Amino acid sequence: MATFTLPRNSRITAGTSHAAAAEARQPRRFRIYRYDPDSGENPRLDSYEIDLDDCGPMVLDALIKIKNEVDSGLTFRRSCREGICGSCSMNIDGTNTLACLKPIDEIRGDVRIYPLPHMEVIKDLVTDLTAAYAQLASVEPWLKTSTPPPAGEERRQSIEERERLDGLWECVLCFSCSTACPSYWWSGDRYLGPAVLLQAYRWIADSRDESTGERLDALEDPFRLYRCHTIMNCTKTCPKGLNPARAIAEIKKLMVARR
Amino acid sequence: MTGSNRPLSPHLQIYRPQLTSVLSITHRATGVALAAGTLLFSWWLLAAASGSGAFALVQDVMGSWPGMIVLVGFTWALFYHLCNGIRHLFWDAGRGLEIETAYRSGWATVAASAGLTVVAWAVGLSA
Repeated sequence: MATFTLPRNSRITAGTSHAAAAEARQPRRFRIYRYDPDSGENPRLDSYEIDLDDCGPMVLDALIKIKNEVDSGLTFRRSCREGICGSCSMNIDGTNTLACLKPIDEIRGDVRIYPLPHMEVIKDLVTDLTAAYAQLASVEPWLKTSTPPPAGEERRQSIEERERLDGLWECVLCFSCSTACPSYWWSGDRYLGPAVLLQAYRWIADSRDESTGERLDALEDPFRLYRCHTIMNCTKTCPKGLNPARAIAEIKKLMVARR
Repeated sequence: MTGSNRPLSPHLQIYRPQLTSVLSITHRATGVALAAGTLLFSWWLLAAASGSGAFALVQDVMGSWPGMIVLVGFTWALFYHLCNGIRHLFWDAGRGLEIETAYRSGWATVAASAGLTVVAWAVGLSA
């Protein structure tokens, strides 16, 4: 059952403010969700003014600057800083994206940063993705075959067959899309969500895979697949420009076609 | 997974409303409104079947300003749900799922539902 409000322990309280140095030439305020699991206190919204004149262009640059220079306790995931690892997904200025790909100058007013929506928060901007990864594992995201490969060769694909995987293989599993989806918010325990369904379709669409029927059987469920109501927040928010909504629509079409 | 006192991150409270989600929730809301409106319609039919006094009452209620506003809302809900339903049919056929197209069809749905409501009332009031 959908609960539209936050539980009592999750309500956000006012936090502390850190003003920019007086000589800052281009001060900008960042308002960042903080949660300290050791304090027993509710999450709070801290604000940090930093000098953009002395900061890289992306939101991740600002987060790293704050962590380095103002508050070393600020906790977030990051690694590659170029949109390939999928670690720094978070809610920035109201939509989910990768902090490393989000230019600060695209944002008007204070830069508001929250963890991925409707997830358990471990600390600050770090959410627990255990359940999401378990859902990913449940679609068995690997090549499944029953026939042996051609002797001494790999399984071949035509150029056209390979092209069908474009727009699917590029997913970096940042879960921006799933946590942008209201259906996933309300039914994330049973609905697989756009990120995992895109992965499911990536293997369904693979010409070398020989378990399409089983894969579709596993998805034929009122929740796992059909909680998608084509809201399209997923496609709107994908920082890699992919289209999970289309992948899900293709799965639904295959479900009808095989009846 | 500790089952601890971990907070739930904010969702509706902070996610930016956008055409995708707003039109989707409007589709559901108009669906609910249509179900409620059908009760009003049944009341009208029942009243017509049960006598002139009952029918006159319904006519008075529906013809009052608040009644007319509800009816305009019902008409718009009907046209919105119809137009957006057609949009969903295209999506279910795998078409129009690019964000640009979805935005164009979304605004078209808003415009068409408003336009059809105006036309329906113009025709209805002039008849």
